[in-house]
Amino acid sequence: MEKLSGASMVVRSLIDEGVKHIFGYPGGSVLDIYDALHEKSNIEHILVRHEQAAVHMADGYARATGDVGVVLVTSGPGATNTITGIATAYMDSIPMVVISGQVHSSLIGNDAFQECDMIGISRPVVKHSFLVTDPRDIPAIIKKAFFIAASGRPGPVVVDVPKDCMNPEILHEYQYPEDISMRSYNPTTTGHKGQIRRGLKALLAAKKPVLYVGGGAVISGCDSQILALSEKLGIPVVSTLMGLGAFPGTHPNSVGMLGMHGCYEANMTMHNSDLIFGIGVRFDDRTTNNVEKYCPNATILHIDIDPSSISKTIKVDIPIVGSADKVLDEMLAQIEANSLGISDPAANDHWWSDIAQWCGRKSLDYQTSKEKIKPQQVIEVMHKLTNGDAYVASDVGQHQMFAALYYPFNKPRRWINSGGLGTMGFGLPAAMGVKLAKPDETVICVTGDGSIQMNIQELSTALQYDIPVKIINLNNHFLGMVKQWQDMIYAGRHSQSYMDSVPDFAKISEAYGHVGMTISDPAELESGLEKAFAMKDKLVFVDIHVDETEHVYPMLIRGGAMNEMWLSKTEKS
Amino acid sequence: MRRIICVLLENQPGALSRVVGLFSQRGYNIETLTVAPTEDKTLSRLTIAVNADEAVLEQIEKQLHKLIDVLKVSNITESAHIEREVALIKVKAKGEYREEVKRLADIFRGQIVDVTQSLYTVQLIGTSEKLDACIAALTDVTKVVEISRSGVVGLARGEKSMRA
Repeated sequence: MEKLSGASMVVRSLIDEGVKHIFGYPGGSVLDIYDALHEKSNIEHILVRHEQAAVHMADGYARATGDVGVVLVTSGPGATNTITGIATAYMDSIPMVVISGQVHSSLIGNDAFQECDMIGISRPVVKHSFLVTDPRDIPAIIKKAFFIAASGRPGPVVVDVPKDCMNPEILHEYQYPEDISMRSYNPTTTGHKGQIRRGLKALLAAKKPVLYVGGGAVISGCDSQILALSEKLGIPVVSTLMGLGAFPGTHPNSVGMLGMHGCYEANMTMHNSDLIFGIGVRFDDRTTNNVEKYCPNATILHIDIDPSSISKTIKVDIPIVGSADKVLDEMLAQIEANSLGISDPAANDHWWSDIAQWCGRKSLDYQTSKEKIKPQQVIEVMHKLTNGDAYVASDVGQHQMFAALYYPFNKPRRWINSGGLGTMGFGLPAAMGVKLAKPDETVICVTGDGSIQMNIQELSTALQYDIPVKIINLNNHFLGMVKQWQDMIYAGRHSQSYMDSVPDFAKISEAYGHVGMTISDPAELESGLEKAFAMKDKLVFVDIHVDETEHVYPMLIRGGAMNEMWLSKTEKS
Repeated sequence: MRRIICVLLENQPGALSRVVGLFSQRGYNIETLTVAPTEDKTLSRLTIAVNADEAVLEQIEKQLHKLIDVLKVSNITESAHIEREVALIKVKAKGEYREEVKRLADIFRGQIVDVTQSLYTVQLIGTSEKLDACIAALTDVTKVVEISRSGVVGLARGEKSMRA
């Protein structure tokens, strides 16, 4: 049998797991692994400028492909810098393996240089974690880490490796396990047949049904099943922020995004429905508003692979634990085999005419101006120029909501954003991760003047590895979403939401060796963006000065039901 | 309502902190917690007493299941079960109180397991309610110096078993 050191076993295990890219940053405790990595050339390592960005890159990579993202960092500050990234991945159920170096076993607990209890500090934000205590366990631990990260409800897994377990002088027999079984971990994937039958019966009997799809639908890859179900039965589909693309945004059955900044018709459809069929959603507070007033007439049917997501915030009437693709396959098979259809087509027509009326409110309309560029307009032009087919990674804030609302996604995994944790600084590194995974696709980072500065140093990484993403910066010189809340809730007192010295982003981009553009005239918006997208091999930073007074609407009224919204600065639903 | 949840946990370093962390992270209150190895050395058994309503209890059970190191979770309060707790109670036992403390210990079927000229240490086994009652009675007649309670352990009655 082949003999390898602990450090080489880490690298070999990653190769045997099929890993192509690692995002990381070296340091004292992981130098042995980095040395082993240097010898093997079939993994590309991306050297970031900050460990948080490594995790977001691996995250973007995982979101775009469905594969496990891989991160390698050193002990102490290297490890702690990954925490925001890990928490971001955890909240959005993104498969990831983070390998962190640890000080020598004999020093653990001694407050040694660059020591940090990584297992302890990451515990609340990981799906699972391993501390290696014997180098011979490394292959099995890495196999388990990938299995846990990718199966069931995916999530990040940390593997903490003490320095002595990597020792290049000591060799051990190496064999990568073919498969792994864990007695305490067997996620349910096929739904209970009786529950599926009950659920289908309720769905067919409903007069005002709605499919409510979320991130779980994207993860399980059940987009074709949702399309078939919606088209076969004529059921409207609303999507969460995380679910965008699981159902084509331009399909006539799509009623748009729901929630705090969801469109009027989506929130009204939810509120008035008599049956909500949640597919891979978690009834997050941003999508329910006041749970006491939540969709009063609706029976709730819910598929989720994670039982703890069921009845956590909203009591579910018909729960189905399983993978959404398998459960929907079974439902569609039952519909096919028994030639089933909705029981009351007249009621369904009536339901659609209600929805058409809500759509008639045109809740996403906005006023354009000759002087100032509107942020909504930027996204619409971007949509037009990319034929709605780009990968769009966003940061967090107003620009995120504008991108979600004005760029209808027709395919899953194209919309890459931090929905759960809401991490500013996510956008640029995530976009870079996507571009590495999809080098032939157009990848855009939609960001704002606040968010971009939280990981702007990665422009340097983008030059080193030639990662030509397009950065669309909706620059309003404010922390826009904070300002919007202050306008609406704090009588316009803009406490610390104004950035007095926003840099010249175009120059920053040029200083990092990329192209920089500034656009502030509405008449130059389209031609400017066209020019930017035409530079396929260049990273182009387009700094767009937009109307700083613009708010995102609709917006659910705090403490209200789903049908209570602000539709503009002066108009309520 | 007070419930008793039993958990079979992989006997791995850090596994217990995942369980305890889960409770604090999600705002569930632990009343008592006991942990010890089982007849199978690779597993630990936890008994957790919590105060929770139905909805919270459901979440606690689901969240515990979600931990990779958790093999089984069982709410034994649902059906017939046995629960026991041990208390060691050190009380002042001087002069007129010395006899009374002995009598009270007997009434509660406790044993005096340590003696000094001025103190008795009473060992008591029973349900948590019985322990509460005994401590209250002792407090009425003398000064309680120190108490150490084990927390609840429990098993389902009859054929039911978590290892089946």
